[in-house]
Amino acid sequence: MSTAAPAEKKASLFKGVNRVRVSDFVIAFVILILSLTCIIPFLHIAAKSISSNTAVLSKRVYLLPVDINFEAYNSIFRDGQLTHSMLYTIWMTFLFTAIGMVITILAAYPLARRELKGRALFAFILMFTMYFSAGLIPEYLLYKDLRLLNTMWVLVLPLSFSPYNMLIMRSFIRSTIPDSLYEAANLDGADHFQILFRIVLPLSKPILATLALFYAVGRWNAYADAKYYITTKALQPLQYLLSNMVLNSGQDAISLSEAAAQESTPEVLQAAVVMFATIPIMLVYPFVQKYFVQGTMIGAVKG
Amino acid sequence: MQKAHARRKSTHWGPYLKDNWQLYVMLLVPVAFVIIFKYAAYPGLRIAFMNYKPAKGYAGSDWVGMQIFEKIFKDKDFLRALKNSLVFNFLDLLVGFPVPIILALLLNELRFQRYKKLSQTILYLPHFLSWVIIASVALNLFKPQTGLVNILMMNAGWIDQGVPFLTEKWHWAVTYLLIGVWQNMGWGSIIYLAAITGISPDLYEAATIDGAGRLRKIWNVTLPCIRGTMVTLLIMNLGRVMGSNFERLDSFGNVQVKEFQYQLAIYIYEKGLAGGNFSRATAVGLFQSLVGLLLVLTSDRVSKALGEDGLL
Repeated sequence: MSTAAPAEKKASLFKGVNRVRVSDFVIAFVILILSLTCIIPFLHIAAKSISSNTAVLSKRVYLLPVDINFEAYNSIFRDGQLTHSMLYTIWMTFLFTAIGMVITILAAYPLARRELKGRALFAFILMFTMYFSAGLIPEYLLYKDLRLLNTMWVLVLPLSFSPYNMLIMRSFIRSTIPDSLYEAANLDGADHFQILFRIVLPLSKPILATLALFYAVGRWNAYADAKYYITTKALQPLQYLLSNMVLNSGQDAISLSEAAAQESTPEVLQAAVVMFATIPIMLVYPFVQKYFVQGTMIGAVKG
Repeated sequence: MQKAHARRKSTHWGPYLKDNWQLYVMLLVPVAFVIIFKYAAYPGLRIAFMNYKPAKGYAGSDWVGMQIFEKIFKDKDFLRALKNSLVFNFLDLLVGFPVPIILALLLNELRFQRYKKLSQTILYLPHFLSWVIIASVALNLFKPQTGLVNILMMNAGWIDQGVPFLTEKWHWAVTYLLIGVWQNMGWGSIIYLAAITGISPDLYEAATIDGAGRLRKIWNVTLPCIRGTMVTLLIMNLGRVMGSNFERLDSFGNVQVKEFQYQLAIYIYEKGLAGGNFSRATAVGLFQSLVGLLLVLTSDRVSKALGEDGLL
């Protein structure tokens, strides 16, 4: 008879509903408004991107497209610059993620083992750079000496190890794999590589998926390093290209680009460019979202 | 810990290494990696104490001691960037900190489970988008003439002229901060929701028996139970007030709002890489890193002194 306690509500899908109160609707309404702020902007841009120039310029496009046409997308594909950049960015992100995962695993497993002597020292070495970075210029000079400037590798290598992700993986291994499993493996004569590949990695699949996604999304979205280290146009990742096309790199005023938009780059094309870069994330997002939440929870518990 | 101590006493390095050398082989990869791509940059910090000329390199540039630091603290641009960074980070914290907590409480009180799941998925979305995309979206909404929000307000007759949300510094400051809050609110709520899930149902039952209503329960049960999480996150965020996010600032930057947008990350980029003043940019970066490290260490101490989890 009593109202279900909040913690129990999770279990019951419709149990609480027979005692719905006004406050339930108020809360649902507030959440609805907040959710809409995350959807409507994209609906608007999507609508713009498939509307006619005249409809957009006369400000008749709100959430639904007017005079539907795909001209803007056609010109993106005809131009080829963005499609090339997207394929390049996918390849670069893939390499980045693969390298990042290998390094993360090779750091997390030893640090998760209590046997390892000097654990504190190694953890310190690997994590110190997270708290004290040398800064932009020394790193720029270093990558210059390493001949990385203006190559794809400057985007792939320097950032591809994240101490934070390593910590998440370490706590996952510590909390999911009991010592008894290691002992059993030891008795069978397994060495550390065998334990890693045959026991730890198969049991860590969810966290491996999560971290791979952390790496991939982080790389996909970042563009500051491209702005710092890359001047060759063909090597610029999609987000940087987008910032040059739509935001003018923050160099020119927004009002300027707005005036220019009416002449050379129509609003519609800009909207299509934004959608072009957003759609890939939107497509995978619903499927990978739960892995992200998991990863954050483990990260929150911390090792 | 105790186990480790017990073992340390009886270490025989021969047999130990015979069993465990592979662990060190594995660690070789990440350690070599951070040395090559991170630690190797530290010697470059010496140009903060030199009058570094890119053409002459390290060897050809003169040591000048603390002169560069003396210069930057008289540099109006640096002082402005420092002030802006501190003010905006502090405001970010002030505005941005409570929102995820409130959102988590609301989501937790939401009783329509499917609706809750769906709205969570939607609310997390902005976290996955780059600052370029978010700024592009903002342009489409807030441009003075062609932004959706301005069009709607003009159609409704509330305003005659478009509001310069992104092109006048005070409007920009508000827009910039609110978009930051919006981007982070959903994702930030996850950690609090996790903490709320861990609260024992007995507490709520006891409160119900005592006749507590919904608000009472939030105030007297939920909030006290997630206090630890709140304190830890607050301190962690305080430790970051020296940082600045280049991509967020760069994406939202334009000439008219330079006065506020000019923060440390922008200073370092523009003076250093774009302007060629490597020594000055390095000195500012070093200053930023050192203060940042100090703040993190302090917040870790404070957090532990308060009986919460530390960060390190």
